[in-house]
Amino acid sequence: MFMLRFFLRRVLLGIPVLITVATLTFLIMHLVPGGPFDSDKILPPEIIANIEAKYHLDEPIEIQYLLYMKQLLQGDLGPSYKYIGRDVSDILRDTFPVSFTLGMCAVLIVLGLGVPAGVISAYWKNSLLDRSILLFAAMGISVPSFVLGAVSVWIFSHQWHLLPPALWEGPRYMILPAFALGAGFAGYIARLTRTTVLDVLGSDYIRTARAKGLSEFSILLRHVLKNSMYPIVSVMGPLTAGLITGSFVIEFIFSIPGMGRFFITAVTNRDYPLIMGVTLVYAVLIVIANIVVDMIYGWLDPRVSVK
Amino acid sequence: MNTSTKISSGFLFILLLTAVLAPWIAPYSYQEQDTLNILAFPGAEHWLGTDRLGRDLLSRMIYGARVSLFVGVFSTVLALFIGTIYGTLSAYVGGRMDNLMMRVVDVVFALPDLLMIILITVLMGRGVVGVFIALTLVSWVTIARLVRGEVLRIKEYPYILAARALGASHYRIMLKEIFPNILGILVVTLSFRVPVAILAESTLSFVGLGIAPPASSWGTLASDGWTAIKFYPHLILFPSLAIFFTILSFNFLGEGLREFLDPRSAKGS
Repeated sequence: MFMLRFFLRRVLLGIPVLITVATLTFLIMHLVPGGPFDSDKILPPEIIANIEAKYHLDEPIEIQYLLYMKQLLQGDLGPSYKYIGRDVSDILRDTFPVSFTLGMCAVLIVLGLGVPAGVISAYWKNSLLDRSILLFAAMGISVPSFVLGAVSVWIFSHQWHLLPPALWEGPRYMILPAFALGAGFAGYIARLTRTTVLDVLGSDYIRTARAKGLSEFSILLRHVLKNSMYPIVSVMGPLTAGLITGSFVIEFIFSIPGMGRFFITAVTNRDYPLIMGVTLVYAVLIVIANIVVDMIYGWLDPRVSVK
Repeated sequence: MNTSTKISSGFLFILLLTAVLAPWIAPYSYQEQDTLNILAFPGAEHWLGTDRLGRDLLSRMIYGARVSLFVGVFSTVLALFIGTIYGTLSAYVGGRMDNLMMRVVDVVFALPDLLMIILITVLMGRGVVGVFIALTLVSWVTIARLVRGEVLRIKEYPYILAARALGASHYRIMLKEIFPNILGILVVTLSFRVPVAILAESTLSFVGLGIAPPASSWGTLASDGWTAIKFYPHLILFPSLAIFFTILSFNFLGEGLREFLDPRSAKGS
């Protein structure tokens, strides 16, 4: 019950944020000189006028804004200007699952690499292993994802022919993009895990657990790891947001038909409704990621009042 | 100061010098074409090879350092400037004003930042100035929040009260009593935020939405190299290495500075 109220409250708080995102994006987009139907091919003015009338582009900007918001409230994202005959919601329905899968694979990589590396690093503090992990983590934080993507394509696809360099047609196609997207964040998580695990390892109840004769493995898993999760969970919100918005580069490199790649072409094409649609979906995802993280946080640590 | 901080600052210093002295250091001009040596591999004549138009990669990278560093460093400095003033005022004035100012920050914070940077860049025209303004507009809020937190803490100290009692003006208190106490944190933040800006700029330029030709940053050079990666990997390798080592150095420098200037928070992470 308490959880439910917290959840509803957060969802309600997300709505003004989304309206602001929509408004700002709309403004920025329409301030950009040039319109979606300027092209190298010079069209007769009557045709331009007709097209603009069809999409209400001849109306004053405030009318266009109100029309768009009204449409949006009805759940209609409008037609794409460039992909004639396709609705934005249509395009998003095709591309969203791709981007979402990519993002989730990257989250798995982040946690799967970062957390164990951090635990190992802390447990064998100052060993050679620890130092190497720290060095790799520092490198991971500093390497742009497109560099990682390019290097891994060159090594694993062009040189060793192990994995496909592009497209999105099955699990094998997901490995390189997810790695390129997640590895940097994994470095960050590894460092964070190391710090918190070191903290926990020094606490009294770990000494007690050792005195009780528990095996090192079960101490690490049941006592240390569980209590080290809070800081990690609390950064997972912004981190997931970073993964989501950062994925457009990876989609660009690997020619993955996701939302990010469509966003890039939409910006170059001035495809207003598509830009709006993608931005809003990203914003919704960020809001949801933060709510989920806060709920997990409340569930892990009952002392944190879900207010 | 540890070794990695020393090496990093040395590297960054040389890099800065190279960028400033580009016209005197670069072996060729950044647009000079050597049509006999198109897509050359690294060699004696062209140390890092040439691109598909026969332009010397090393020279283009030296000029690219100007763009990458300029955008990264100055957008962060400007964001730091705006964020510090905003955060200090918000915390110092307090009350309803503080609430209102922080709501604005919250809204900017909720925006998907890379997407906003792209949109603003396109709005401002895809050039150095456009990327510069876009980065500043998005990143000042982080600093505003940080500064506000610090000032909220500092303004409760008795010495601020004492300064008030002695008749110091608000302006003087903010500038002379509070500012010196957040300077350390600001320097550390600068060092950690510059690589973030460099990363954003190079990512944008890589997908073709950042710096537009003929100007080129390391990101645009990497983007050019990407199209030829299969047979001429050096074209993307060298610009990528430049970006990587620069970001790494700024991060190491930031850690060194934090240990030195702000030992309290250095222990925590």
